Amino acid sequence: MAQGIWIIAEQRNGDIRKISFELVSEGRRIADKIGQPLTAVLLGSNIKEKASELGKYGVDNVIVADDDRLATYTTDAYVSVVSQMAKEKEPAIILLGASVQGKDLSGRLAARLETTVAQDSVEFSIENNKLVARRPIYAGKAYATITFKDNTTQLATARPNVFELNEPDDSRSFDIIDGEFSLDDSQLKTKVIDVIQEATGKADLTEAERIVSGGRGMKGPENYKILDELADLINATVGASRSAVDAGWRPHSDQVGQTGKVVSPNLYIACGISGAIQHLAGMGTSKIIVAINKDPEAPIFQKADYGVVGDLFDVIPALAEEVKKVL
Amino acid sequence: MNIIVCLKQVPDTETQISIAADGKSISTDNIKWVMNPYDEYAVEEALQIREKFGGEVTIVGVGPKRVTESIRTALAMGADKGILVDDQAIVGNDSLGTARVLTAVIKDLDYDIILCGKQGVDDDYGIVGSMLAEFLDIPQISIAVKLDISEDGSKVTVNREVEGGTFVIEAPLPALVTAQKGLNEPRYASLPGIMKAKKKPLDVKAIADLGLDAGSVGEAGAKIEIKEITLPKPRQAGKIVEGETPQEKAANLAKFLHEEAKIL
Ligand SMILES: Cc1cc2nc3c(=O)[nH]c(=O)nc-3n(C[C@H](O)[C@H](O)[C@H](O)COP(=O)(O)OP(=O)(O)OC[C@H]3O[C@@H](n4cnc5c(N)ncnc54)[C@H](O)[C@@H]3O)c2cc1C
Ligand SMILES: Nc1ncnc2c1ncn2[C@@H]1O[C@H](COP(=O)(O)O)[C@@H](O)[C@H]1O
Repeated sequence: MAQGIWIIAEQRNGDIRKISFELVSEGRRIADKIGQPLTAVLLGSNIKEKASELGKYGVDNVIVADDDRLATYTTDAYVSVVSQMAKEKEPAIILLGASVQGKDLSGRLAARLETTVAQDSVEFSIENNKLVARRPIYAGKAYATITFKDNTTQLATARPNVFELNEPDDSRSFDIIDGEFSLDDSQLKTKVIDVIQEATGKADLTEAERIVSGGRGMKGPENYKILDELADLINATVGASRSAVDAGWRPHSDQVGQTGKVVSPNLYIACGISGAIQHLAGMGTSKIIVAINKDPEAPIFQKADYGVVGDLFDVIPALAEEVKKVL
Repeated sequence: MNIIVCLKQVPDTETQISIAADGKSISTDNIKWVMNPYDEYAVEEALQIREKFGGEVTIVGVGPKRVTESIRTALAMGADKGILVDDQAIVGNDSLGTARVLTAVIKDLDYDIILCGKQGVDDDYGIVGSMLAEFLDIPQISIAVKLDISEDGSKVTVNREVEGGTFVIEAPLPALVTAQKGLNEPRYASLPGIMKAKKKPLDVKAIADLGLDAGSVGEAGAKIEIKEITLPKPRQAGKIVEGETPQEKAANLAKFLHEEAKIL
């Protein structure tokens, strides 16, 4: 019988990414419910000393796969290592982040393990000792609740920023295990030849706690500087509607919506955005939505917790001043 | 260079989703079915590769008969031929089932590169491409925003979006790449294109033609079970922030966010 819960941790440049701690925290809650051990798998190069960071959040074991060829994520190498270990140890549940890396790995891993993925889940529960996952479909216009058939590895990815972090606790005990695997160079076909970091230093939209987004009402690319100023003050990431992206004002990677990024920050401030169905689908799960729009009939106001009817070129600079006072 | 594009048909993104009587699927009344938006980028990229290297673009779809319309759209954009797998046995396919059917079709074709969309904007899985690449034992590169094939046609270099940056990845061909918005600007089907598309070959195949066991696909082969599909709790309109001037409104908003929502 397959036993135990695994989480596949994620690191970039040797730093463990926040989603990994979210996975451990949620994995711990599931493990306690079904009374099975929680194991984290950490892949990287010279990464062993980072294992204790995962331990603090509540794992029983950390399996470390250490190899130069695992320093930077590639599908080939990671799927090979994780699938070998999973075939040997047969965990019942494997959780990954619904990050770019986790989504890429999950599909290939699923095919290799002859299962499928509860992709981008926002809620897990246990029924009859089995994982039940709730996940948005149609970019959040609906939600599907799914389970796995018997004798299937239950593979799921967890959406970043949704699952609550446990309080890190240095006194927790856990084992660090050297993972056993073999990597055959002839199997490693994809190569990362360059990594271009964005200079902003801001959280990615999918992981941001706060987002300030601008649409066609911004009138032109030069005006985004007023959004940048507000965003800097409140430590937010700047997003955009598709109209702003298609006009060439903002890069594609800034687009929020059904064909852009699906986001769930604590605070989403929509500026000069009308609230088309595809945009709302991408940000409808934000905790607090603020709309700033000069048209009182704009559909975005139907979804906003706080609406400001006014010209954004007056309201946003004024808001930046007022925010300074309350912070 | 022979290029294959996997094409999914999905409800138009304008669709207001409602739940069917069984509580486990969406109501398909009044849905306008379209080519998955990400697959449009895949088709466009395929056409651009063919323009540069020559060869053929083949569109492969799995689904009911209505999918022929979307395949015809791709043919009208300029693709050379289409294959649809339509069979009662594939009803209830999960991603793994779809990937198995695609594998059975594609494994016997001559291909240098396979293009898929980043994800279907219906179920939002984004995994069929990786599964197909695994079954065909070829490399995959997902979420491409730039794609270049070397002059000699031996390898592909892809810019792949990750959180806060871009990975530039190289793989030998044949490989599978999934298309993200930003990769290109899909062309529209021209009127002559639409006329020509009517005469282009579009094969319809059944599971038996592919030598697939009906038990490995569809409902029977599915690894997951949908328990229920629900609509999210509708969001209520909140309050309009009052004030005589923009400054007053801004001050009130900042106060609400700080004191009431406790978010600042
Ligand atoms: C297949 C498909 C996929 C799509 N996917 C997406 C997606 O992922 N994301 C997305 O966003 N859209 C998407 N769209 C586009 C969507 O339908 C809308 O066209 C788009 O969201 C509109 O952008 P907007 O709100 O910025 O522009 P508009 O709808 O033009 O709204 C601009 C708003 O700005 C306000 N405004 C103007 N000037 C000012 C001012 N000075 N002060 C205050 N307010 C002002 C106006 O009152 C108006 O409400 C998609 C469309 C299709 C067909
Ligand atoms: N039924 C299908 N027929 C053909 N291609 C598909 C099908 N389902 C998915 N795909 C391909 O896989 C991509 C990702 O789909 P999905 O994994 O369902 O989100 C799509 O953009 C298509 O390129």
